[in-house]
Amino acid sequence: MNTFTNNIKILPIVLMALGLIGMAIGFSSAPGSIEEVEQILASQHHGGHGEGHATESHDTHAAPAQHDAHAEQGHGHEAHGTETHGKSHDTHGEDAHGAHEKHLKHVLHQLQNKPWAALYVAAFFFFMISLGVLVFYAIQFAAQAGWSPLLFRVMEAITAYLLPGGIIVFVLLALSGFHINHLFVWMDPEVVAHDELLQGKTGWLNVPFFLIRAALYLTAWNVYRHFAIKFSKKQDEEPTGNVWYKKSFKAAAVFLVVFIYSESMMSWDWIMSFDPHWFSTLFGWYVFASMFVSGITVIALVTVYLKSKGYLAKVNNSHIHDLAKFMFGISIFWTYLWFSQFMLIWYSDIPEEVTYFVQRINDYTLPFFGMVALNLIFPLLVLMNSDFKRINWIIILVGIVILVGHYIDIFNMVMPATVGGSWSIGLPEISAVLFFLGLFIFVVFRALTKGELEPSGNPYLEESKHYHY
Amino acid sequence: MASKVAHAYYLDDEVLMDAVKACNVKHYHIEEVYTPFPVHGLDKLMGLPHTRLAICAFLYGLIGLTVAVTMMNYIMIEDWPQNIGGKPSFSFLENMPAFVPIMFELTVFFAAHLMVITFYMRSKLWPFKKAENPNERTTDDLFCIELDASTAGEEELTSFFKATGAVEINFKNN
Repeated sequence: MNTFTNNIKILPIVLMALGLIGMAIGFSSAPGSIEEVEQILASQHHGGHGEGHATESHDTHAAPAQHDAHAEQGHGHEAHGTETHGKSHDTHGEDAHGAHEKHLKHVLHQLQNKPWAALYVAAFFFFMISLGVLVFYAIQFAAQAGWSPLLFRVMEAITAYLLPGGIIVFVLLALSGFHINHLFVWMDPEVVAHDELLQGKTGWLNVPFFLIRAALYLTAWNVYRHFAIKFSKKQDEEPTGNVWYKKSFKAAAVFLVVFIYSESMMSWDWIMSFDPHWFSTLFGWYVFASMFVSGITVIALVTVYLKSKGYLAKVNNSHIHDLAKFMFGISIFWTYLWFSQFMLIWYSDIPEEVTYFVQRINDYTLPFFGMVALNLIFPLLVLMNSDFKRINWIIILVGIVILVGHYIDIFNMVMPATVGGSWSIGLPEISAVLFFLGLFIFVVFRALTKGELEPSGNPYLEESKHYHY
Repeated sequence: MASKVAHAYYLDDEVLMDAVKACNVKHYHIEEVYTPFPVHGLDKLMGLPHTRLAICAFLYGLIGLTVAVTMMNYIMIEDWPQNIGGKPSFSFLENMPAFVPIMFELTVFFAAHLMVITFYMRSKLWPFKKAENPNERTTDDLFCIELDASTAGEEELTSFFKATGAVEINFKNN
């Protein structure tokens, strides 16, 4: 079987160890009381970093139109952590001691959420990559694609992370459900008791049903993954009559139908319910676009890496070219959905909807607009050139930029509702990414060592070998 | 144009590709190949330079984007300021999201149409243009190689083309 160099074996262990240490520090340095928060805030206001952040908030509040929207928001999400720093400091001052106390409590909750949210974002991000690859893989079968069979083992190896990644996400959701952390505000009975909108949604948003649904989605996806791999291996062993290939085709078709419904509900549950008052009808598609482009990018990165190590000899630069075309195309598709969601809400300007973007634009200005540069403008301009799509180092460069961009995309979906204005990309966030990156590489490359990297029984194998764009 | 050309006809694109390869080996000069549909890889075999149409398309897209921005700014902000979704800010940037669909559409519109027109001009195609292909069946089911026949003898070329699987060979003096 394939053996990889020691670097690729040691790297994930180092990444996971670093990540664990960083996350442990992140959790232990989260403040435990209001007094600690006061100290943190005081030190931040003296430091240059905090200063810039605070003034930014003040400036944006000067605009009267935005102020209105903010008042709405504060009303709806009181216990939630969406009020911004500057607000209570600036407008209330020393005269309202109670408000100050409340604000500190608020920041305390946000800072306590921060390491959990960082963990959740990274866990979901790497899980979503393997899920995106699974969908891409299923589409290859459903479409009876002739170009891609040479890449099937790579895709199958990346989906190996689906089970461990899914279990980790499920455990995190369960921990929220048992109130170990407070990421999901609707799980807090105190909040629901004072919130009529949430009371109306308890039929869907209640912890037992939430966890049952999560278990159902994960089971469905992993069952497909199990059989897809099994059929694919069987097809190699007994290719006559393409019996197993036909089974793969049917399984893929069924999975794709199940997936698009379950993925949509998953995105409402696992992401949209962080802002339980807000809703968007194309959110499922939007999250799907993010996972799809991230998944395809990782296929391209792993393929380029394996080729550079001398594996996948039959994969030619037309295959790489096609993956890059998908990276290019789905990046635009993501932007289309991101903008469609934004424009309708921006245009109608309904307070309960628009608060979602007001908060992101005011408090998350750099990540919110920065991700458009990373996810659209950079891949668009670089991958537009046909020749660039087959140059390995350009694929790696653009791939990394796209992955960073989509991490920030998930960051923007989760953080505003969980840590509000107290966000930063610091030790907890980076360590969580390192940890899951290490785990991801570990699982994927372990799966790659388990079998031949080139399928032998696929009926489209010859076409794939001669694939020429 | 060569003083004398040979037309060799083929029934299949794979056979045609092999014939073109054989011509390259013999260093025969191919003037043109007529095919009923685009044959993948033929351009590379014939040594044709890569198309620069994509660069034109990019520039045309930029022109379209500029036209859209200028137009929307003039119509909606300067000439007769419009209240967009209750946001009468009189600022292009603050109303920009409303213009994005138009900016996108005009970018595509300009890129597509100007690219087609450029392609026609570059291929010297215009209305009532007389067809250049030697046999009208090359628009249906025949593939034709037009070869410079001034350097090799008719008999040599005939036997060469027969060997590559040609179904018909003609010579023509210009």
